[in-house]
Order: sequence, then structure tokens, then C-alpha cells
Amino acid sequence: MLGTFACLTTLTLLGFGTEVGTTSTPWWALGLALLAAMIFCGLLNVLAERVAYRPLRRAPRLAPLISAIGVSFIFVNIGLFWQGPTPRRFPDLLPQYDFMSQFFGLHTLVRFTFKDLFVLALAIPLMLGLAWVIRNTRMGKAMRAVAQDTEMSLQMGIDVNRVISFTFLLGGVLAGAASLMYGLYNNNTVFTLGFDAGLKAFTAAVLGGIGNVSGAALGGFVLGLLSALTVTYFGGQWENVGVFSLLVIILVFKPTGLLGQALGDRA
Amino acid sequence: MKRPTLGWWYTTTGGARSRRVWVTVGGIALALAFPIIDGFLGLGWEAKAVPIALFIILALGLNVVVGFAGLLDLGYAAFFAIGAYSMAFLTSPQSPIPWVAQGNQVNFFLAMFISAGVAAVFGVILGAPTLRLRGDYLAIVTLGFGEIVPLVIKNTPEVTKGTQGMNPIGYPQIPGVVFGASPIPWYYLIVAVLLLSVVITSRLRISRIGRAWAAMREDEVAAASMGINLVTTKLFAFSLGASFSGFAGTIWASYLQVIAPEQFRFDVSIFVLVMIILGGLGNIGGVIAGGLILGGIDRILFDWISGIVHGVGSAINNDDLRLMDVSRSRQLIFGIALVFMMLVRPEGLFPSARRKAELHAAEELGEPAAEQERAILVEVEE
Repeated sequence: MLGTFACLTTLTLLGFGTEVGTTSTPWWALGLALLAAMIFCGLLNVLAERVAYRPLRRAPRLAPLISAIGVSFIFVNIGLFWQGPTPRRFPDLLPQYDFMSQFFGLHTLVRFTFKDLFVLALAIPLMLGLAWVIRNTRMGKAMRAVAQDTEMSLQMGIDVNRVISFTFLLGGVLAGAASLMYGLYNNNTVFTLGFDAGLKAFTAAVLGGIGNVSGAALGGFVLGLLSALTVTYFGGQWENVGVFSLLVIILVFKPTGLLGQALGDRA
Repeated sequence: MKRPTLGWWYTTTGGARSRRVWVTVGGIALALAFPIIDGFLGLGWEAKAVPIALFIILALGLNVVVGFAGLLDLGYAAFFAIGAYSMAFLTSPQSPIPWVAQGNQVNFFLAMFISAGVAAVFGVILGAPTLRLRGDYLAIVTLGFGEIVPLVIKNTPEVTKGTQGMNPIGYPQIPGVVFGASPIPWYYLIVAVLLLSVVITSRLRISRIGRAWAAMREDEVAAASMGINLVTTKLFAFSLGASFSGFAGTIWASYLQVIAPEQFRFDVSIFVLVMIILGGLGNIGGVIAGGLILGGIDRILFDWISGIVHGVGSAINNDDLRLMDVSRSRQLIFGIALVFMMLVRPEGLFPSARRKAELHAAEELGEPAAEQERAILVEVEE
């Protein structure tokens, strides 16, 4: 939510805040907005971790969780003061191009627009990049070690605080990138957006198996499919019911997710 | 009476005991005399006292789940909604049950108990799938439930009248007392339920099941190996918490005379959670204090501040100030309060001694106790 607001503010500052259905896409502005949102969300997440979670690292489980709810409330209110209570229009800056009819000459109900391509073109490299970071870099290795056993990794000489900060930075950066995609795809944003998005992200991650990038991608894909089918067959108002029911069902029957390995006390 | 075993943590003696008795008696007297005091001082707070007292009932119920049993429930408002809608189904002429809609409204008090029972059943239904879950996962699933229930109510207008809401709803009939616009009878009804809730929860805390909850909260594996049946213990906490919420829901529905799904959103669950965290998880007196403080801030202080802000706005002719809605920052204040409490005083303002010891165990041991516990759990489950 704050990411979309960061994009919106950047675009407005650059003079593209109200553009609707433009013919030439200002790629440089979109790039800047993407960068701004990624940096903003990344830093914000690091800040939140520093202030609200790090002091609680050794507290019982309930404490960081409650503190996280508090942080989310604070964020929602920052959004409320930033852009007001009503939904805001997000400029429609991508070319209106349907590959199915204009490129292949097929006039079908199925459409594959430039927007769809844009989301794929941005999301897939990001996912591959994330998988690479986690699998191949020193930091990624440290991250996995910390996830498995914090105390042991501390004894192995890993700077746990730095690793966790980096993880939060990474999470924030990806959320920032997703927010530009969301804004450009849906052309609207509202201050309560994040609640839904966060729950869906969590559902997707759990569905795929926590701690597994390809699982998360698969989970996101299945979740998207399910919510689209729910909307088509039961109507838009049932979408969240479907999503949350799915979450409950997975956690009950297969808490490790589709591709996950057993993770002890997590579920 | 002297209890031979385990007495050390639930019985106080000497000065502490007599102090507790005085606080209890004083609190009850103040609660009962409140409308008179209010009338005497001309504050006009009776109408505000009704929702505050009602939310304290909710807080007491949630305290059983979160404070006693240690199960973080973020969907507590769902049971509030279920209680309220059961009441509406049983007593409203708009009820989907044909027999009720034809004019055979169920007696309020009977409906109250039936509705609380319905809420308890839902507590078990929603609790059962979460039995294997812990910590964050449990919180998220309960949050999901909390979202599903209002959505389902909203999306089934043929049964629940959807967003339009159900209206009117039956009200209590006691000879000689008129339950209508005046909040005073409602206030006494709620205080009676509140006192009953306090008695029930405080007795439960020191009962066998209460000790089982405490053991489970501190270490599930150890509790299970000491012969505690985790399934029934957890489910009992869920259903009991839900029935309190259901009780509160019935009175709320009847008091407002109209209920709509929007009244039972996530905010309500969080509001109640903040109450018990602020006051002191697990401590009944603390929970009541937290409810009074937060309810007071929400219903009285915010009105007072916006009055001042609007007054200043009119005086200096500033439209921003004159029309500013202070209660819009309510969530912001709650958010800051939650984070701040967790950082500075995670046990709340008036903590129970036991809870405090748990939350500070890590510091005293000089060892990351929580982490250790986690590691042990991993070993056991693998």
C-alpha cells in the first residue's frame, strides 16, 4: 500500500500523476518510480525491524507478533494521512496493446495485454534473482542458517542482526516492486490495500511451503487461479472467502505446503 | 481456606489479600453506583458506559483464550458477530427462521443462552482445525476466520439481510423495567453479566482446567507429557472465549436494535486485544482496567479532544481544524500503543505475577529461553 503511494507520489512529482491511457509510455519515469518504491519500502521495513522487532528477538513468541500488528496499524495510518481515505486513481501509463488480437490476429475472449506482459517481465526476473540470492550468495546461505537455528548460526560467526536486517530489506524491496505492478495493473490504490495483499501473500507462501522460493511462486500462481475462478463462478464478493478458506484448509491438512519440508514448530 | 498444593501462585495472603478484597468490593460498588454518580456530576456518560462495559466482557472472554491459554486469536469479533446474529435470528421479525418471523419471538434471556451456546459451538468448529498450529500460524488462521465470518454474513443477504442489517431485534422483558432508549437498564444488565463473567473466569483460572491452560501456555510438550489433554484443553478455551463473545454480541444486538456485518470487522478484534494487552494479559483486574482506560479514551477522550479541536477551529476560522476527525487517528494511537507496550512493558500495566515472570524469564536467565524452547520443539517434532 505504501509502495503504491510511493510510486504515485513519484509519478506525480515527475508530472505523470494524472495521465490516463497515454500513447507513449514514459519508461524512465516508471523506472524511477520502481526504484523509489523499492528503496522506500526496503528502508521502511528495515526501520520497522530495527524499532519494533529487534528488541523483541528474545521475547516470547506473542510479543513480536503483537508488535507487528501495531506496526501494520501505524503503516495503514501513514497511508491514510498521506493519500486520504478514498481510493486513489493510479495513472494508466502502459501501452494499450492486446497481443492476441493485434499481434496474432486472433479475436478470442482470452486476452493477453501489454499489462500482463509487463507484470511477467518484471516478476519473473525478480523471482529468479531472489532464488539466486538465497541459493548462491554468502548472505543467502547465512539467511538459511539463521532460519534453521539462530543460536547455532550465531556461534558459527554469522552476524544475525545484519542477516535479519538484510532479509527485511529484501522483503521490502520486493514489496515495493510488486506495488508498482499492482498500481499499473489495477490503476487504483487505497490505504487499506496492504491488509488484503499481506494476507494473500502469506497464504501464497504457506500454500507453496514457507522457506521455499519456487514454492512461493507456485503458491502465488495457484492462489491467483483460485481467486480468479472464485470471482468467475461465485462473484467478486466471495473472493476473500475462497482465499482464506484455502489458507485454513492447507494449514489443517498440509501445514508444510505443496513443496515445503517439515519446519518443526512453525506450523 | 488453605490449599495444600500449588497454592503459592494463586492464593495471596495477608495484606495483599485484604487489599484485593477491598479493590473488588470498591469496584463493584462503583460500578453499581455509577449511574447515580454520573447523574450527580451531570457528566452524561451513561450511554458511553454501556459499550465500554460490554467491551470489557469481550476482553474478559478473549483473556481466557489469549491470556490464560496463550492462543493468540485475531478473529475474536467473529464470535461477537455470531452471537449477535443468533440473537437476531431468534428474536427479530426479519429472522430467516419462519417460525420466529411469524411472531413467535424467543424470550430474550433464553435467546441469550442459546446464542452463547451457538457461539461456543462455532468456537469449537473454528478451533478444531487450528489445534496443530502455533504462534504466527494460529494468529493468521484466526484472522482469516475473523474475515470470513463478516464476509459470509454480508454475502448472504437472503438469510442475514446483508449490508442492510437486521432490525429490529428483541429486547429483554422484566416486569417494571423498560428496556428502551434509556441506557440505565442496559447498563445494569451488562454489569450483571460482567460480574458473572468475572466470577466465572476468576474461578476457572484457579481450577484444574486453568492450571492446565497455564501449563500449556508455557510449554505444550511438557504439558502433554504431564498428562494434559491438549485437544480438550485448547477447545475448551476457544469455546469458552467464544461463548463470552456470544453473550456480549446478544446484548449488543439488542441494545443497538440493528446489526450489520460492518460492525464486526478486524478492528473490533484488535480493539479488544489491545485492551487486554494494555491492562495485563492473564490478570482479570488488569483486563478490566485496560478496558476502562481504552474504552474511556475511545468513547470519552476522543470526543472531548475533537470538541476542543473543532472549537479552536471555529474560533480561528480554520476549516481543517473545525472538521478534523480526531477518532480517525484511533488506529494510529492503538498501533503505537501496541508497539510501545511490547517494547517497554510487554506484561501490561497491571500484570499477573506469573505472566510477568514468563515474559522476563529470558532476561533473568541470561539465556535466550524462548529460542531454546523453540529448538526443543523442533527436535521433538522431527
